[in-house]
Amino acid sequence: MTATLAPGSRKAPSLMEAARGRSLWDDAGRRLIRNRFAIASVFVLGFLVIAAIIGPYLAPYSYDYLDKTHVWVPPLTGGHLLGTDSLGRDLLARLLSGLGVSLEIGVVATVVSLVIGITWGAAAGYFGGWLDELMMRFVDILYSLPFIFFVILLMVTFGRNFILMFVAIGFVQWLTMARIVRGQTMSLKQREFIEAARAVGLSGGAIIGRHIVPNLLGPVVVYVTLTIPDVILTESVLSFLGMGVQEPLTSLGTLISNGATEMELAPWLLIIPSILMVVTLMAFNFIGDGLRDAIDPKER
Amino acid sequence: MLRFLLRRLLVAIPTLLLVITASFFMMRAAPGGPFDSQRKLPPEVERNVKAKYGLDKPLAIQYLNYLGGVVHGDLGPSLKYKDKSVTDIIKEDFPTSLRLGLSSLVIGVAFGVALGAIAAMRQNSALDYSLTTAAIFGICIPTFVTAPLLILLFGTTLGWLPTGGLSDARSYILPVLTLALPQIAVVSRLTRAGMIEVLHSNYIRTARAKGLSEARIVMRHALRAAILPLVGYLGPATAGIITGSLVVERIFGVPGLGKFFVSSALQRDYTVVLGVVILYAVLVILLNLAAEVVQALLDPRMRLS
Repeated sequence: MTATLAPGSRKAPSLMEAARGRSLWDDAGRRLIRNRFAIASVFVLGFLVIAAIIGPYLAPYSYDYLDKTHVWVPPLTGGHLLGTDSLGRDLLARLLSGLGVSLEIGVVATVVSLVIGITWGAAAGYFGGWLDELMMRFVDILYSLPFIFFVILLMVTFGRNFILMFVAIGFVQWLTMARIVRGQTMSLKQREFIEAARAVGLSGGAIIGRHIVPNLLGPVVVYVTLTIPDVILTESVLSFLGMGVQEPLTSLGTLISNGATEMELAPWLLIIPSILMVVTLMAFNFIGDGLRDAIDPKER
Repeated sequence: MLRFLLRRLLVAIPTLLLVITASFFMMRAAPGGPFDSQRKLPPEVERNVKAKYGLDKPLAIQYLNYLGGVVHGDLGPSLKYKDKSVTDIIKEDFPTSLRLGLSSLVIGVAFGVALGAIAAMRQNSALDYSLTTAAIFGICIPTFVTAPLLILLFGTTLGWLPTGGLSDARSYILPVLTLALPQIAVVSRLTRAGMIEVLHSNYIRTARAKGLSEARIVMRHALRAAILPLVGYLGPATAGIITGSLVVERIFGVPGLGKFFVSSALQRDYTVVLGVVILYAVLVILLNLAAEVVQALLDPRMRLS
């Protein structure tokens, strides 16, 4: 049936190439390249990541430098390419550093959610029975709650700690990952190679770590590309509500939030960060959708 | 069916308990208290105020007292707004949030289903592509970007619509639109996917073979099956609208519960925060349950077990 197409059903590409001309990943790669939106997004995102990493070193101003002679100047004036804000800080420099912070939060929180989600889902799926029932029931319960409230409470409780923010957001994002991983694990564990591993006498934990998790790569990669923008969004909502990144540090959400308060007088402070935010989110979404279509074409 | 409902409601009790416990202790672990943001109170006054609200007792006792109150439907007094109970505040402000949320949900579903169905019927046409792309935009553009941009365009620049407050019916337009846009996008994507699948099914081919008109096929046969998955989306949609309302109420200065929640959390108004969390948790739990029941009623394949 469609089982042969299920992501992760093959071994690593390097092992398969000798036996077969085209592996699942070759096919997936080919399909991805044909997806123009996804490829364009890869380039856009790559550019943004590089800009966020090296941009701050190249930018003529630092993100917290106050140019008191050029306050609230529109783009292309006073030596400020994108203008300045109400304190005379260069918008381009702030955009670059804000983008970096947003991407960082997105990646770290996603990794946190990934670790929790994979462990939880793989354990539930592999051991099954009452443990599975209990663990997934717990996920269902958490799933049915308005999570933003908990994130807000977490932020209030722990103060605006940068690291805790990553963890707090990651902590509420792992549920979907756990569900996906559990489903995949349940179908994987019926396979012969798992049976072989069990016959050899490997323990449950070793089978999960060595054989199940590496085979979950496909759906996990897809989900990761869709989680990062979600996290960036959550962080932005928090920043918007005044609970996110603290000045003079900035994130895309903080920039938009500040821009919104001054939009009548300085619309560029709202519009430019908004565009950057939307472009970033769309790039991630296109890549995620593209990867999903490429790895699992029947989902189209 | 009755057994299922009963069991689900029983599961809801530990869920709520978990919510209350987690929120209670998280709120209490937060630095600062409800009375120290104003002028520093003399120690004896502060002691008296704390005693009045029972905040001088050990935390465990406070927790049990609070739980006891909640069981009796008493959410306690607000710590910041003198002479107001949490129930009063909810009664005053929740209807506004509910009106906003419900209108957005209705508009989101109505437009989403219509656009999704149209896109599916013209699959792979230019119209389909533009609708699908628009939907991706709708999903990717966050509410806190749409809201200020809409204000800037329709309020400040064109001057057509009021940009804040809720004085008349027209002032609802922008907040509702902001909340509804992402819902329209998601619903249209779900409807399109469901519709495409249904339109390729055998019974639609039968209907075509019978010579039914396209309109009748779509309205009577396809759409009904295609929007079934939407029922399951009801829970997440509500959660999404609640999240959005936190932002929208703040931007548009709408005196709703979301705005209240954020300021209460920042001011450590413990009881108000807990009250709002409980209210929304109950709401989401009930809606998820309702969605499951409706799904089971509509679709025999999803019989409740």
